[in-house]
Amino acid sequence: MFARIIPIVIKEFIELKRDKWARFRLIVPTLVQMLLFGYAATYEVYHVSTVVLDLDHSQESRELLSRFSFSNRFDVVKVAQSQHDVTEAIDRSAAAVGLVIHAGFAELLDKGQSAPLQVVVDGTNSNTALIALGYVNTIAAGFAHDYAADLAERTLGVHGMRQVKVTLEQRPWFNEDLNGQWFFVPGLIGTLTLVIIVNLTAFAIVREREVGTLEQIMVSPIRPVEFILGKTVPFFLIGLGEVALIVAVAILWFQVPFVGNPLVLLLGTALFLLSTMALGLLISTLCMTQQQAFSMNFFVLNPFFILSGFSFPISSMPKVLQWMTYANPLRYYLVVIRGTFLKGIGMSVLWPQLAAMAAIAVVLLAASILRFRKSLE
Amino acid sequence: MKLRRLKAIAVKEVLQIWRDPRSLMIALLLPFTQMFLLGYGVNLDLKHLPVCTFDREGSQLSQDLFKHFQASQYFTIARNVQSYSQVVAAIDNADCSIAIVVPPDFSERLNDSGTASVQAIIDATDDNTANIAFGYAAAVVNGFSNDVQVSWIDRQGRPLQQVQPMVVQSRVWFNEDLESRNFIIPGLVAAIMALVGAQLTSLTISREWERGTMELLISTPVRPSELMIGKLIPYLVLGWLDAAFCLAIAALWFGVPYRGTLFALFVTTSLFLFVVLSIGYLLSVLIRSQVGASQIALLATMLPTMLLSGYIFPIDQMPPVIRDITYLIYARYYVTIVKDLFLKGSSIVELATPILFLIVYATAVMVLAAHAFRKRLD
Repeated sequence: MFARIIPIVIKEFIELKRDKWARFRLIVPTLVQMLLFGYAATYEVYHVSTVVLDLDHSQESRELLSRFSFSNRFDVVKVAQSQHDVTEAIDRSAAAVGLVIHAGFAELLDKGQSAPLQVVVDGTNSNTALIALGYVNTIAAGFAHDYAADLAERTLGVHGMRQVKVTLEQRPWFNEDLNGQWFFVPGLIGTLTLVIIVNLTAFAIVREREVGTLEQIMVSPIRPVEFILGKTVPFFLIGLGEVALIVAVAILWFQVPFVGNPLVLLLGTALFLLSTMALGLLISTLCMTQQQAFSMNFFVLNPFFILSGFSFPISSMPKVLQWMTYANPLRYYLVVIRGTFLKGIGMSVLWPQLAAMAAIAVVLLAASILRFRKSLE
Repeated sequence: MKLRRLKAIAVKEVLQIWRDPRSLMIALLLPFTQMFLLGYGVNLDLKHLPVCTFDREGSQLSQDLFKHFQASQYFTIARNVQSYSQVVAAIDNADCSIAIVVPPDFSERLNDSGTASVQAIIDATDDNTANIAFGYAAAVVNGFSNDVQVSWIDRQGRPLQQVQPMVVQSRVWFNEDLESRNFIIPGLVAAIMALVGAQLTSLTISREWERGTMELLISTPVRPSELMIGKLIPYLVLGWLDAAFCLAIAALWFGVPYRGTLFALFVTTSLFLFVVLSIGYLLSVLIRSQVGASQIALLATMLPTMLLSGYIFPIDQMPPVIRDITYLIYARYYVTIVKDLFLKGSSIVELATPILFLIVYATAVMVLAAHAFRKRLD
């Protein structure tokens, strides 16, 4: 059996070696994409463009607004003169947040009544809007708290009024600074690998079919199992190389901490590569032309990417879609990567993920071998 | 440019599309299924996060706090644990996304000093979810704190005093309920169209080379520009069908409010389709092998469109260098246009900037494609 697999492996490597462009396509776009996306993929919100309108012109209103301009969450891009200016700035997307303080703000505060800070948020991007609103509330609460403490001290003395307060201590584990790159850069390792590997393997068989070399292989004594395995070995090695490259960029360039066991990651990577290659090969055996394989790639990769938990939490999806994600190897691999990178969890927690990927790999490989045998008849 | 030759090429291309029903099916079904699948999948809203509670005091007060959590639509109490190691296990296994720990001296501290705190432990690997969940948890605790304050003042028999000296009155425009679906689905339409469009045309020339039919085409009197336009027309029609599907699903099925004019939508979509299809064509001219063309098309369109077009990740939060690069991502302009048409109801005049960029893009790609093709013929 091995005697017949090895020539296929060698044949694939020779084909790759003769394709000058292939090496370039494998390395350069991967590196470029990793660097680009590592910076681009984040939900963190800083420097929200803000327009302010102060109709009170009091010390209090200036104090409140200066808290916004000193925060790195907000950038005051425009000082408006009228309500109309604020509306226009938000309509034209010149600002995403508008802060309006009406005349009488300081007076109301002084009387001990509730003084309003009006906030207008462009909700087009609901996520950014939600987070920005959270920061507005934090800054406003800080101002209110300081003002109340100040007032209590001035009027009633320190012991005058007792505040009863329950506060929340935030303990973010595994990513203390809520750094977005720590979440997305490990995720990119899986996503980029998925796209590269499926794309490579999806053409493996259909190209031979279209170019006509499949006929030659069919007349040789090789069996379908051997042919498929022979096809997978080179791609497996290429895939390992790609993952090593991307992981190196993640650790050395983006400084994402790796606290887990490298062997667990290696095992997870191997199983993930097998399952994605099996997927690509199945596509390849299902299609008659390269054009079809190409369309199928789009058809399959996009949902795999979106329904993996890479950027949209699986727990927020409807139940039916949540079930569908169980068939997605990327879903499991992302848990393994993020688990080993940030959490340092090992086999005892991750074994179900590894088992699921192994099962997907076996099922898809068997399907592509059966399918290939059938298409030969 | 002769209309007769243009028509001949278009007819030939239509026949070629028609006689490959599998590819045609994929081209029509792809946007349809993707819209349904992904329309439900793209959601950043958090509801009913599973909470793990660790009550180290077991008092009336701590139970009241948990009732506040249970009553909030953002949290569901999934389990009560008895030890710290169980908290660790629950977070590690992702059984719970947040753990609330009440210290053993919670009521005592509140009585003695007036302030007490509870701990919220979150698996922050997903920083965005963690950030939002902290916000919701803080709001729940705040509400609880106010209740405690009110009942405390009540018991003292004092008149209710103004507690909060300042209130934030916030209004959200364009997407009043802050539903993430409303901003992601219009972007999704743009992303799907960018992908489908490129894959429709990216193989059309390389296929002719690989099958040897290009020699035949070269020997005919057809000119490069006629070949390009003739080949693009059938795909433009196909692309329009796809776009109409996607837009209709977004507005009618997912109920994203559409506030713009249909005319503006028609003009901008046609322009965008033209850009996308001619880019696929350009790739096809540049790269002779189908595998090469498809690999580049996939690399050049799929992930960049997903990550750099502003459809998921806001462009204004990216570092300046990356922000400059996004100008090259043609999907970015259509994402802006579709989002603004849907949510803001912008007019063509207000969308002049992205439209202008698309026109520049279309011209540049056409010139490049014509130039590249001429070179090939030498």
